Amino acid sequence: MKPGSIYREFIMNRWLYIMFLPPLIWFVIFVYWPMYGILIAFKNYNIVTGFANSPWVGIRYFEQFFSDPYFWRLLRNTLLINVYGLLWGFPVPILLALAFNELRNRKVKKVTQTISYLPYFISTVVVCGIVVKFLSPSTGVINAILQRLGFDSIYFLQKPEYFRTILISMGIWQSAGFNTIIYMATISGINTELYESAIVDGANRRQQAWYITLPGMLPTIVIMLILNLGQLLMVGHERIILLYNPMIYSTADVFNTYVYRRGLLEAEYSYAAAVSLFQCCLGFLLVYVSNRICRRLNETSLW
Amino acid sequence: METKKIFSKDLRRPRRKTTHNKLNLGDRLFSYFCNGFIGLVCILTLYPFIYVISASLSPATSIMRNEVILFPKDITLYAYEVVVQYKGLWIAYANTVFYTVCGTLISLLLTVLAAYPLSRKRWKARKICSFFVVFTMWFSGGMIPFFLVIRDLDLLNTRFVILIYNAIAAFYVIIMRTYFERIPQEIEESAKLDGASDLTILFRIMLPLSLPVVAAIGLYYAVGKWNSYFWEMIFISDEGKMPVQVLLQRILLASQMGQELVKSLNKGERTIPITIQYACIIVTSLPIIVLYPFVQKYFVKGVMLGGVKG
Repeated sequence: MKPGSIYREFIMNRWLYIMFLPPLIWFVIFVYWPMYGILIAFKNYNIVTGFANSPWVGIRYFEQFFSDPYFWRLLRNTLLINVYGLLWGFPVPILLALAFNELRNRKVKKVTQTISYLPYFISTVVVCGIVVKFLSPSTGVINAILQRLGFDSIYFLQKPEYFRTILISMGIWQSAGFNTIIYMATISGINTELYESAIVDGANRRQQAWYITLPGMLPTIVIMLILNLGQLLMVGHERIILLYNPMIYSTADVFNTYVYRRGLLEAEYSYAAAVSLFQCCLGFLLVYVSNRICRRLNETSLW
Repeated sequence: METKKIFSKDLRRPRRKTTHNKLNLGDRLFSYFCNGFIGLVCILTLYPFIYVISASLSPATSIMRNEVILFPKDITLYAYEVVVQYKGLWIAYANTVFYTVCGTLISLLLTVLAAYPLSRKRWKARKICSFFVVFTMWFSGGMIPFFLVIRDLDLLNTRFVILIYNAIAAFYVIIMRTYFERIPQEIEESAKLDGASDLTILFRIMLPLSLPVVAAIGLYYAVGKWNSYFWEMIFISDEGKMPVQVLLQRILLASQMGQELVKSLNKGERTIPITIQYACIIVTSLPIIVLYPFVQKYFVKGVMLGGVKG
């Protein structure tokens, strides 16, 4: 562009530039500056000497991480939690949406849908608190039922083999209802003529659901599946931190919780940053690939 | 809607009696199955809440004796008396309300200020700034650098950091940008002809037209801020500045019991009685549960705006 026209652009659209400035500053401070701070993974970060003066150590911490005995455990736990979570959790909103679609009474539909979304809005602390209390060996209702039935109470949260089930069930309980929304939206977009011609051909409700509704949801299902697969290496730490304890680290520890422990609690900043960077990069790769596939299927663009 | 009408009127007359029966049986089974599934989901969803309420209304001894499964036994308001008198809870509540209200306003303002220029096709910086924003959705610095930045800015243990650290969600910027883009060009053009600046157009014309999406996104921000606990727990060490979720975390889940704040809930015991813990859950979740049915449709609309179109 010619120098004169740059000047004209700034004058004509000056408010747009001014408007974007505060958000820009926010992004720079809270997102891009920390991105630059990733470099501490390559330095021996010393609080006293600060960022600029810490000695450069290259990939030492990465090597340390790859030879860390915990590395495979973290990877395995992260992957298993996500894979099993998908296996059990992915079909539930789909089936639920199909079931909601079969409700004739509009009031019942509205009420049940409202109930199903509710857990999504309850805070993580409350949900995890409820889980911990319910599973408590002395005062928990699950063990109360077990004892009433004649069994011994089980200290669920101290046994590694239960953790995955607990976490995944909790996840489904919290988000299944809410995730039906997007499927319901897709269903409402299906052409009603398809249903009408199916009825003329003698299809009952079950056949309509199987041959029309489900295929109509397929594009959305595929996109959601791909997006979820892109998240395969990320497991949120917020819930696990509230639920786990050293006894179940063998199944409960994931990348993010390890970063939290070594980095924020034990202040090994450089090492934790290296772990975090590794996971971020791998995760980014997965997300990028999955989004490209989605885009190819969907012809939409974000920018 | 029409298909349902047709079906219930059953205009189609089946030719054979057997077909008619098969239709009814198959459909009825399917219908029972669907209704049963939804009923199960509703029961599983509601049961924890019902139990927590019942347990908070029962004496601790009943719970220890496994007598409370669904309904309260020997109803007592003791737990609620303790919780309501506990000053720390109301301080935390005030903090949460402050963080949520002010935080949401700040977030909405920054989100709108980011989304509007991105929606104007004539803006030369549009492409690069869009990338700048969207990139943050895929990649971020991670926990440790973020913490170190906040610490280096001397923002630890301040109220300000809670208001600002999660102010902008790039995802919501995109949603709002898409909404702005769909407002007809003629409105903007005629306003420009009348001599309005971009600033005036945004606040006098575009925003009033965008109230649905602003309300939906505002609600999402608000719920997110009300419920968030992790960074609040990391950043705030001053007990007077803690929001409700961090306080709850200490009451329900933290093993250290020595702090002043939670001492008065012990009532002489070694740990906080379970009934009091349950009562805390109810008291802190009540606003969400009560307000939720009224604002629920805005949330659903928000997902539609974001998911189907974005």
